[in-house]
Amino acid sequence: MSVTVYVPRDAGALSLGAEAVARAIASEARRRHVDVRVVRNGSRGLYWLEPLVEVETSIGRVAYGPVQPEDVPALFDADFLHGGKHVLGHGPTADIDYLKRQQRLTFERVGVVDPRSLEDYRAHGGYRGLAAALHMSGEEIVQTVLDSGLRGRGGAAFPAGIKWKTCLEAPSQRKYVVCNADEGDSGTFADRMIMEGDPFVLIEGMTIAGLAVGATQGYIYLRVEYPHAQRALEEAIAIAEAAGLLGDDVGGSGKAFHLEVRMGGGAYICGEETSLLESLEGKRGQVRFKPPLPAIEGLFGKPTVINNVVTLASVPIILDRGAGYYRDYGSGKSRGTLPIQLAGNVKRPGLVEHAFGLSLRELAEGYGGGTASGRPIRAVQVGGPLGAYIPASQLDTPIDYEAFIAMGGMIGHGGVVVFDDTVDMAAQARYAMEFCAIESCGKCTPCRIGSTRGVEVIDRIVAGDARERNEVLLRDLCQTMIAGSLCALGGMAPFPVLSALDHFPEDFTGAADKANA
Amino acid sequence: MKRAIDIAVLPAIPEHIRVAVLEVTGRLKDMPGALLPILHGVQDALGYVPEEAVPLIAREMNLSRADVHGVITFYHHFRQRPAGRRVIHLCRAESCQAMGAVTLEQHVKRRLDIDFHQTTADGAYTLEPVYCLGNCACSPAMMMDGELKGRMTPERFDAWLEAEAP
Repeated sequence: MSVTVYVPRDAGALSLGAEAVARAIASEARRRHVDVRVVRNGSRGLYWLEPLVEVETSIGRVAYGPVQPEDVPALFDADFLHGGKHVLGHGPTADIDYLKRQQRLTFERVGVVDPRSLEDYRAHGGYRGLAAALHMSGEEIVQTVLDSGLRGRGGAAFPAGIKWKTCLEAPSQRKYVVCNADEGDSGTFADRMIMEGDPFVLIEGMTIAGLAVGATQGYIYLRVEYPHAQRALEEAIAIAEAAGLLGDDVGGSGKAFHLEVRMGGGAYICGEETSLLESLEGKRGQVRFKPPLPAIEGLFGKPTVINNVVTLASVPIILDRGAGYYRDYGSGKSRGTLPIQLAGNVKRPGLVEHAFGLSLRELAEGYGGGTASGRPIRAVQVGGPLGAYIPASQLDTPIDYEAFIAMGGMIGHGGVVVFDDTVDMAAQARYAMEFCAIESCGKCTPCRIGSTRGVEVIDRIVAGDARERNEVLLRDLCQTMIAGSLCALGGMAPFPVLSALDHFPEDFTGAADKANA
Repeated sequence: MKRAIDIAVLPAIPEHIRVAVLEVTGRLKDMPGALLPILHGVQDALGYVPEEAVPLIAREMNLSRADVHGVITFYHHFRQRPAGRRVIHLCRAESCQAMGAVTLEQHVKRRLDIDFHQTTADGAYTLEPVYCLGNCACSPAMMMDGELKGRMTPERFDAWLEAEAP
């Protein structure tokens, strides 16, 4: 009987040699005349163990990792095909502490299923949400999403149901569903993992959104840095079309929903929803003034629901198991689970999906195991390049929207980047301004000019040139950007700068000051 | 976007560019919002979007040349000159910085003797910065001609260069 072995095709696993490992396993099996079926799954998100090879055994899937091609003969010698002991063995995958302590709803299938198999998706509960939605009116679907408490997981955390309701109520012959797959924040990779590891869940979520608001065309706006995700999505869309789950007659309902992947052009600003719409229309990705909201006047001037990948991928389970099931995870106004991406200088980086309320310390020290360098944690940046730097003294902050707003930060798309004590916070502050200058769309002056001036002022401070006067100037500039920018790029780039200044003033002491000290 | 009827006679366009552009526009121009897919198509076919292609794309799309130029120059991905035979994208974002990307960046620049956006004298390598490859859990990351590499070090980069050497 053939033994099933899982080797991820996730871009992260591939970046560490998963392709060669898959080939080595296949050829070693042939050499030994053993019948092995290699399935290319997504990643479980335990990246320090990638490439993570799993074997289907009588006691469930057993994990080995990180596996390199040269380890393969020894794994066969150790009878890994029957869960045999080996130094790279971790026992049953489901019992690995990092995974076991999580609450996976949106990610329940990622790393588990074969992303190219519709049968596998269905066998693991896929398309049950759509089946439920097909028996509901648009209003009922929207109400379910409202009741679930689902907020946009892209960053702004706006209630998804309200966006949908606005779009549903906007009168138009034509409406759109757009998926924002322009995951540009450093430290984030949850969208990529879903698109590569469980693309059908995104397709299903978008189809449900289309039924809810009455849209017949969907676009996935995908960043050009994600070629692996593009291939995974396009294959899955073709499979769903062939199965009648996309097209003119979704699931035999008589309702149409078409889906297309569109590639971006490598511009961070196109993650901002109105810039994204401009880009989809074939223009420069410059921010639009709001109102009108995209839900009323969006893509090509028509009512448009635009949500992030994780948001849309969370919809099928809500429709399948009910609003209450999802809402009962979480705390306060932060309902459901958040896929947190743990990255940077950390021993065990990866994806942690958990109900809101986990503390940063539990995450960085518990899940993450502290820094990879073994040095003390000095700062943690949450929410991407526009997120505040949080000092080690505030690691007990719980991860929920309100707690972060209260301390001047934001959760954003849930990226957490850990830095050890060798980090130069003045350099990080300078980088934040430099990044904003490179990525500004140029439409508003505070962002376009302010970011360039910001770099110059930080350089002067670090050079010890009139430090106090220049710090006043930098803070004033930051306030102008916060108050006067059109969108979050200029409006939030000051957050990492100000938090670095506030929490790590010693790093801004210039060379001249140090000489005088 | 404003529409402009371009009645001016097209300047002379090298044949291979004309053929490639017309193939792409013929296939894609009726898509809604077709300009980005067309620019991707032209760059995929020719390796860059030549200046000579702009008037033809503008005519086929019924846009002004300024519109097309404006879009090409807005996006980091589109290049107006051919790249080297291999394109290296080096991640400069925070997660990679936390894992030594700055040291790696200095090493790569020194080793190739070029700065970002430049191509080596022999035309072998072009170096581009990128602000996140989504491989943050395997930082620092690089992409070589679409092939992602994680946990990069100066030593692994050198080994890759040697293995790639023509």
